[in-house]
Amino acid sequence: MEPKKTALYDVHVKLGARMVEFAGFWMPIQYTSILEEHKKVRTSVGVFDVSHMGEIEIKGPKAEDFVNYLTTNNVRKLHEYQAQYTTMCYDHGGIVDDLIVYRYPDRFLLVVNAANTQKDYEWILQHKIDGVEIANISDSITQLAVQGKNAEPTLQPLTDVNLADIKFYWFTEGKLAGVPMMISRTGYTGEPGFELYFDRKYSVDVWNAIFESGKPYEIAPIGLGARDSLRLEKKYCLYGNDIDETTNPLEAGLGWIVKFDKGDFIGRDALLKVKEAGIRRKLMGFVVEGRMIPRHHYEIVKEENVIGHVTSGAYSPILEKNIGLGYIAIDHAKVGESIEIRARGRTAPAEIVKTPFV
Amino acid sequence: MNIPADLKYSKDHEWARIEGDVAVVGITDYAQNELGDIVYVELPEVGTQVEQGKTFGTIEAVKAVSDLFAPVSGEVVEVNEKLNDSPELVNQDPYGEGWMIKIKMSNPDEVNNLLSKEDYEALL
Repeated sequence: MEPKKTALYDVHVKLGARMVEFAGFWMPIQYTSILEEHKKVRTSVGVFDVSHMGEIEIKGPKAEDFVNYLTTNNVRKLHEYQAQYTTMCYDHGGIVDDLIVYRYPDRFLLVVNAANTQKDYEWILQHKIDGVEIANISDSITQLAVQGKNAEPTLQPLTDVNLADIKFYWFTEGKLAGVPMMISRTGYTGEPGFELYFDRKYSVDVWNAIFESGKPYEIAPIGLGARDSLRLEKKYCLYGNDIDETTNPLEAGLGWIVKFDKGDFIGRDALLKVKEAGIRRKLMGFVVEGRMIPRHHYEIVKEENVIGHVTSGAYSPILEKNIGLGYIAIDHAKVGESIEIRARGRTAPAEIVKTPFV
Repeated sequence: MNIPADLKYSKDHEWARIEGDVAVVGITDYAQNELGDIVYVELPEVGTQVEQGKTFGTIEAVKAVSDLFAPVSGEVVEVNEKLNDSPELVNQDPYGEGWMIKIKMSNPDEVNNLLSKEDYEALL
């Protein structure tokens, strides 16, 4: 199937982006250099077109009960215009997806991983109860992430909304660059910043307005390559790498978004068993001491025994070291533990470290 | 895309500059561009014997790791030590400062197996 194009496809091509197929979309992986784009976000401000992300709307009188049953975090704790990081799990406790739930006065918006949009939508439909309406509105929405310490000074001149009033993981509705949108203080970089959701027909206008306003900060477009290394430095999980249907939130270090005391939810029984028995492996961060970038599927070795596998890895432009994540057998999953990373007939020494890395 | 006419090319995107019985070896502009930011170049030690078409090292870019293949057989007589600290030279100047190794050819006829600028261009 021919990949889809976001509304900004032509803009990316004109900027000289290297376009790759990702999750069924043509997406920019880099514009100039992954390392430079990474540093731009850490030191100033960058803009990501993340319109490939999925948006599923749930409304109706039973919407709160329904979303609470679908997800592991406690939706009832959310105020209007507040957002929450959460997972959806299978009955066996494996992860369907990780997502953000936004609570509007009259509905919920679930923002899901692009590769999982259709799977999640079907999963949600499968469990539909009376009193809810479900709509997959992904194709009509453009999502831009504006991230970095200069995100707020870039965006503030474009809107009457006082951005400083929006707290972390809260959002509001308002006009920015003259376009009605949802403005959310969230992101996948660990920097201050916003995610903007709006009708795709305004994409180019909003994009241009942001770049005009960000000129004093040398604002730059950022591709998926830097998005990956930025999130990894903060140990944010990537679905398909660090978490999937074979991993559960407890071993992924996401126990903080599994609320056993909130009432029933899909996967609760299985996860409770895991919790009572104790996890057997844990997602840990490590730094490689040799000249090897750890990559997905590389082996993690201790005294010739394979004790786990790498799920994500990258060269960290901030630490100037090679960092990675992997599930490690629980006996060895300790900060300070010496391990080795093995691939391609080579091994490199590594050490389990505290995360986030940066 | 820069493809100098005075070099020979392998289908694995290495180039060789033939200087008498020595071949200076690196990767092409196309290859460095495809790889993106290069962070390590792992090269053999001087004295190592390399064989045409076989790996002589590895190159780690931010996005991916790749093998380096020897365009000709022979003994490594010099390696570009600068790449240890400045691997980005391969990105910046793939045919100049970004050269990797010099091979004293054991069988100069192997050069005939390599591609011309035109043949390499057709491959891309």
